[in-house]
Amino acid sequence: MATLNDVSQCVLDGDLDGIKVLVQALIDDGTDPIVIINDGLIAGMNIVAPLFKSGEMFVPEVMESADTMNEGMKLVKPLITDDDIPSKGKIIIGTVNGDLHDIGKNLLVMMMESRGYTVIDLGVDVKEEVFSAAVKEHKPNIVGMSSLLTTTMMKIESTIKQLVADGVRNQVKIIIGGAPVTQEFADDIGADGYSEDASTAVELCDQMMCDQSRPEELSA
Amino acid sequence: MAKKFNQLAYTNLDDFVYGSCPNPVTTKSGMVIGGGVVYPEINFTLPGMDINDVTMPKAATIYSNIIEGVLKRAAELYAPGVLVEFETLPDFTEHPKYGIEINRILLNGMKEAAEKYGLKTAIRTTPNDLREFSRPPIMRSGKYWETMLELYEQCAKDGSDFFSIESTGGKEIHDTALVKADIRKAIFALGVLGVNDMEFLWKHLVDLANANCCFAAGDSACGFANTAMVLAEKGFIPHVFAAVIRVTAVPRALVAFEQGAVGPSKDCAYEGPYLKAITGSPISMEGKTAAGAHLSPVGNIAAAVADTWSNESIQQVKLLSEMAPVVAMEQLIYDCRLMNAATLNGQQLMFRDLLVQSDSALDVQAYVLRPDVVMRISAELVKIQDNFLRTRLAAQLTVAELKKAIVEGKVKSDKRDMKWLDKMEKAIESIPDDPNEFYHQMKSELDMDKFIPSEYGL
Repeated sequence: MATLNDVSQCVLDGDLDGIKVLVQALIDDGTDPIVIINDGLIAGMNIVAPLFKSGEMFVPEVMESADTMNEGMKLVKPLITDDDIPSKGKIIIGTVNGDLHDIGKNLLVMMMESRGYTVIDLGVDVKEEVFSAAVKEHKPNIVGMSSLLTTTMMKIESTIKQLVADGVRNQVKIIIGGAPVTQEFADDIGADGYSEDASTAVELCDQMMCDQSRPEELSA
Repeated sequence: MAKKFNQLAYTNLDDFVYGSCPNPVTTKSGMVIGGGVVYPEINFTLPGMDINDVTMPKAATIYSNIIEGVLKRAAELYAPGVLVEFETLPDFTEHPKYGIEINRILLNGMKEAAEKYGLKTAIRTTPNDLREFSRPPIMRSGKYWETMLELYEQCAKDGSDFFSIESTGGKEIHDTALVKADIRKAIFALGVLGVNDMEFLWKHLVDLANANCCFAAGDSACGFANTAMVLAEKGFIPHVFAAVIRVTAVPRALVAFEQGAVGPSKDCAYEGPYLKAITGSPISMEGKTAAGAHLSPVGNIAAAVADTWSNESIQQVKLLSEMAPVVAMEQLIYDCRLMNAATLNGQQLMFRDLLVQSDSALDVQAYVLRPDVVMRISAELVKIQDNFLRTRLAAQLTVAELKKAIVEGKVKSDKRDMKWLDKMEKAIESIPDDPNEFYHQMKSELDMDKFIPSEYGL
């Protein structure tokens, strides 16, 4: 009989075929779909994350695990409403105006999704007003921006100014990254956080979401 | 009519050394690159700033200060000559008037240094490949293609010695291949898309260079193999995958030379030793002295067969001693002095081998740059002329070479390396001989929103 631990292990192994069999078996057994997601699929990814951080897994393996989790999600999603799908938070991610570098950004998208975040990927060469419009439309918790050039890093600042001008800056946390970007630069331009790579960016977001939710927890 | 390289440019491994090559190139100022001396190649960039009509005067002043500073230091240190690289920022290519203005400032600085110090210099102009600014990329026409050619042409007319580029044909597919460590997709991106684009692009660049008294120097697989190297350095992908990608990128880079490029190949093209072994043209390389731009596991070995030695790039920021480009200039000159002194003492081969031995056993990416490995793999690559099959063969040979080296304990390896090499070997074996058949096999795995087949002649 399939167990939730088997599902987690399947995610860890990146076993695309096995996950379909296991998740279907649990559904057929009447296991709550939300439990399958939280204690099977996401639990598997929660094992993957520290292994990646410690260098025991490579990105391609993490991606296989993420693909496996998504394959399982496909079977479970029709059984629940969108509102029931657990999300750790919503993040808008993009490479700034004039910059086409997207590998780091894509890695962050993948890692955020696999850690249970809802991600809106705006792509590359994203103009200031597009970031702002996306914040208004999607109401994210966090906006992530990246730049790989010394000349485009200034577009991070102009994007923040755009968010301020449009009155939405205070609705979101802003994290930034990319080769020429530093913590000092982040502080100077008024970003809320800087991370060196995709892996630490996820941890930064976790911390930010934790900080955001704390007052509610306390009041409860 | 494209050149064909069906034999190695060297018959003796001991002749495959830094500073000299069978087909040296002489610049307008009389520097003979590949003629016995290793020259420093300096590159630099702006500190963090916007580029627009308002800020251009400031940018121009910064470049003027940089060129004056680096060439003054080069003269003070008796450099035998300096190759300056102007690798443009995207705004300089998108708005050619900006790029042309900066190129002229550098040319003027070089002229002044010649008059003031008698310093020989040459300039490599490297516009950005902005064709990928269109998503999906438009490779053979349109605004970005035209502005790029406009910049090349005017810079050549103004006096540039060399054209280079880090072209991006196939990168939109290769990026995915890298993060998934998918060697089949990487071979498709490099050996089908990349090769097709290089044929188109470099035919134009060579024609443009020839018409304007300029040399078409060479391309770089920077967006492909260097991205792999950086991802491997971060622990994101296996080092063996990055090493295999390095050599798999060779046939793509070779296309520029088939079309008429003569070198020195681009500094960040670590595939350079293979190009030198096959074409006999001079190459530029970068290693330890490029650490200000990016880290690498090939700091010394990269210099083993270099003809110009580069710092990749450095921002105009103040360090304790001087502005960073001046610091880089000094470091490059001392590196070159040492190599050239060894040559004068008849110790060139010994010095080359020290550069090789100090790195090659510590990382698989360094191992594939060993001159003996380069010669061995290159000797097989020249036996076939089809660039797709050559790309597949490059991957196959590198996997075999690394497996053997790891088994024999010649190179440090990760416990997972053999698993990845086996996986790559199996995937490469599944690739058919016919590129069209391969394309049809790949179609279901390709994100067709990301690229336009007709832009690659498919």
